[in-house]
Amino acid sequence: MTEKRKISLTVNGESREVDVEPRWLLSDVLRHELGLTGTHVGCEHGVCGCCTVLIDGAPARSCLALAVTIDGSEITTVEGIAEEDGRLHPLQESFQKHHGLQCGFCTPGFLMTAMPFWADAEDMTDDELRKEISGQLCRCTGYSGILASIRGAAAIARERQGER
Amino acid sequence: MTTKMFGAPVQRNEDPRLLTGKGRFVDDFESGAYGAAFLRSDFGHARILSIDTSEALALDGVYGVYTHADLEGLLSEPLPLLIPSPNLFAPRTQYALAKEEVCYVGEVVAMVVARDRYVAEDAVGLIFVDYEPLPVASDLEGASLPDAPVVHSDMPDNVSGRATEEKGDVDSAMASAAHVFEWRFEIERAAAMPMETRGVVANYDHRTGSLLLHDSTQAPTGVRGGLAQLFGLDPDSVHVVAPDVGGGFGMKVIQFYPEEVMVAWASRKLGHPVKWIEDRREDFVGSNHERGQVHHIKVAADTDGRILAMDVKFINDAGAYCSYGLIIPIVTAAQIQGPYKIENFRYEYRNIFTNKVPTSPYRGAGRPQAVYVMERVMDKVAGELGIDRAEIRRRNFIGPDEFPYEVGVAWQDGGNVVYDSGEYEKGLDVLLEALDYEAFLTEQKEAREHGRLLGLGFGCYVEGTGIGPYEGAVIKILNDGTVNVAIAVGTQGQGHETVFAQIVADELGVAVDAVKLVSGDTRRLGYGVGTFASRSAVVAGNAVHKAAQTVKLKAAEVASRSLEVAVEDLVFADGRVHVDGAPDVGIPLGQLAIISNPLRYAFGKESEEAVLLAQRAYAGSDRPLPEGTSPGLEATEFFSPTAGVFAFGTHAAIVEIDHDTCNMKILRYVVHHDCGKVINPMIVDGQVQGGVAQGIGGAFFEKFEYDDEGQLTNASFMDFLIPYATEIPALELHHTETPSPLNPLGIKGVGEAGTIPGAAVIANAVSDALGQPIDTMPLSPLKLFELMHPGHQEA
Repeated sequence: MTEKRKISLTVNGESREVDVEPRWLLSDVLRHELGLTGTHVGCEHGVCGCCTVLIDGAPARSCLALAVTIDGSEITTVEGIAEEDGRLHPLQESFQKHHGLQCGFCTPGFLMTAMPFWADAEDMTDDELRKEISGQLCRCTGYSGILASIRGAAAIARERQGER
Repeated sequence: MTTKMFGAPVQRNEDPRLLTGKGRFVDDFESGAYGAAFLRSDFGHARILSIDTSEALALDGVYGVYTHADLEGLLSEPLPLLIPSPNLFAPRTQYALAKEEVCYVGEVVAMVVARDRYVAEDAVGLIFVDYEPLPVASDLEGASLPDAPVVHSDMPDNVSGRATEEKGDVDSAMASAAHVFEWRFEIERAAAMPMETRGVVANYDHRTGSLLLHDSTQAPTGVRGGLAQLFGLDPDSVHVVAPDVGGGFGMKVIQFYPEEVMVAWASRKLGHPVKWIEDRREDFVGSNHERGQVHHIKVAADTDGRILAMDVKFINDAGAYCSYGLIIPIVTAAQIQGPYKIENFRYEYRNIFTNKVPTSPYRGAGRPQAVYVMERVMDKVAGELGIDRAEIRRRNFIGPDEFPYEVGVAWQDGGNVVYDSGEYEKGLDVLLEALDYEAFLTEQKEAREHGRLLGLGFGCYVEGTGIGPYEGAVIKILNDGTVNVAIAVGTQGQGHETVFAQIVADELGVAVDAVKLVSGDTRRLGYGVGTFASRSAVVAGNAVHKAAQTVKLKAAEVASRSLEVAVEDLVFADGRVHVDGAPDVGIPLGQLAIISNPLRYAFGKESEEAVLLAQRAYAGSDRPLPEGTSPGLEATEFFSPTAGVFAFGTHAAIVEIDHDTCNMKILRYVVHHDCGKVINPMIVDGQVQGGVAQGIGGAFFEKFEYDDEGQLTNASFMDFLIPYATEIPALELHHTETPSPLNPLGIKGVGEAGTIPGAAVIANAVSDALGQPIDTMPLSPLKLFELMHPGHQEA
């Protein structure tokens, strides 16, 4: 159970090889082996969603995945979503603008969950948007700021387009 | 003229860091640390007959397995009682590792340190404890009865403390009153459940004899003082850092949790960093809860619905231990009169041990219970006498010209409760207008004719905030013009790096993002108390304000010497100090910092200029550092409030109950809130919104299911329901600003305001919708089903 195996991952666009014990969670490997501590662990049973990352482009709970089972996958974490020039991603900037975070512990999970749909969020009904994030717990904000943040990201992206 | 930052919805300085994964939470430190794990009691109450650690010790990668037998000196004694009181006649605190008896499921029995957390948890499973089960007192009311099983074998009963006070003459007022009513109210446990659980990382350096502890705590200064004493270390060699804390809500202010001392002890013993991160199940059974109370109320009213007298008897669920003393029942007793003028008032409480997780303040701290009881009383008296529910509150409010108002009972700081300022009726009017109350009453009448279960509930509250003893701030202007600020209180999401920067920005005429604030690091400021009781903005905020004024004066004196103008003729704006009326004649703050420290080693052209300016500034002096000055632009100041300050507000919810599913839908949730002068309205709104979500959660979703043996049967997020975005409505927020006369900034705390009236509002709204009393909380669809189908018995 403790004999390590080498796996290869593409993490935030970079190839990484890492020796893992078969029982190690992806969340632990990202945080403690690869030093990507932006992914947070809130419940370790898949309910709170703090540890959400993108595995091959789709949001997934990194606390429910054994790292050894996703050998060869492409992972995106919160450290990997800012613009190439270092500017915040429109979604990140929107969270700052609309007070979408307080303690910031659940925030990476919300960002990664919203990555696939933020550009369409402004056209969603309130109910639709709430359902989209209904797998993520936040104990600080009461969600209002988070909903406004996700909804407001597209406008920020458009403003940036206009700047170019 | 620079725009005033105090009062502006400034975006947060901390956000870019937290949004890009660069936040630093406790588990982000010391990646090479050994992993710790704890064995916890499976029994609500049992005697430990023996513990066999041999198999655990034999496991590869295990470096230590510890039980109480391994502890010596102070560490082998019960952990400290933080808040003793003459009324707490039978305190009990737990051992760092259980000695002979365990008194709740979750109590720490043994510790393992291993290569990593995985191995440590394996080893915990290999420790064998032989227990002799003892009778369990699980239910609060049951535990308070004379023949109940005892929670602690060395006690005759479960009463740890008792207190009573009376103002006026309750019995006489009752005897002559037109109406006297008696009711019972019950509210069950709730808990903070921050998204980040607790955690501690200790690094003891044997070469220097120093301990560095990263702790997800709300009170790092207290942890530091306690550990220094416990281990006999020089306090200057003990450093405690509360880094980014992922929510605390009061639960993380308690010191000492057993793990906090054991992790530090193990690091010292093993000469290696040791880390423990609580898992979610441990958080359910190992981190403190609150709220459980049962009240018996007797209330007298005249025919107009004015409350003439109130007699409150209640019991408070202490859980198995009471390291935080009687704070919860003290606050309940002191705040139950709320915004109302009650001439004759008496309370008596008993603090009752139960074989369950210990309790200590969780956001609201005794007030949610108090407000729930008082606001139910208001609704019930109104119902009995046929008076409108808004009107009965109006008739009983303390008037705006009656402040300072003596409430007539003792406060948690030992003094008397004195409300500093308030405009309660005005607040209610703001709320009623926002609600369009009259229109709602019409709508409700029509809805009822169509069989719809529509209800409205009010919750009025007064929140004591900003208690002492003190907080401090260190402010330093750096050579590049950055302003460093250090405060001792930690942060848990309230935006300290922004609101305190706003205060500094206004004083020194700098941009908010030029102010860099560090909080909760005892290396930067060793004196302080902690972030709890909605006190940081009030107490630390005013300390920051004082320190900014002092450093401003220092900078002005240096500028005055350099520019050869009087201090009164200087203006601080845009990061510079310039001569009034001559904006071009001035010096950047950073350059003033260089001038104030007459050395010759700095880089850059501005430094060269500063050295020349310094020569000029000190030309008339007999020495480089004039007598009575100190090098650098730095100041440390402390603020100690004369008394707490009292915020207030009224919440209202309009709810509809579904006939078939018995679910509750919140159609509107409207808030009036007043916390004095607002530093940052965006952050204040966020605090209230988040608080309301916790209030709603506690009222309708979150319920601890304890069985008779003291087992918590729903200790996971699968079974214990914290509301998601699908459960929390959008709020309508309305503010007034009634400044506090007790501090220069006129501010009051806001951290707990949102949560406090939650149970009251939901209970009153559901009661109104169903036409039935709601006198036990929390609610759930199942509970509503039972209320709506009284004949239906569960099989």
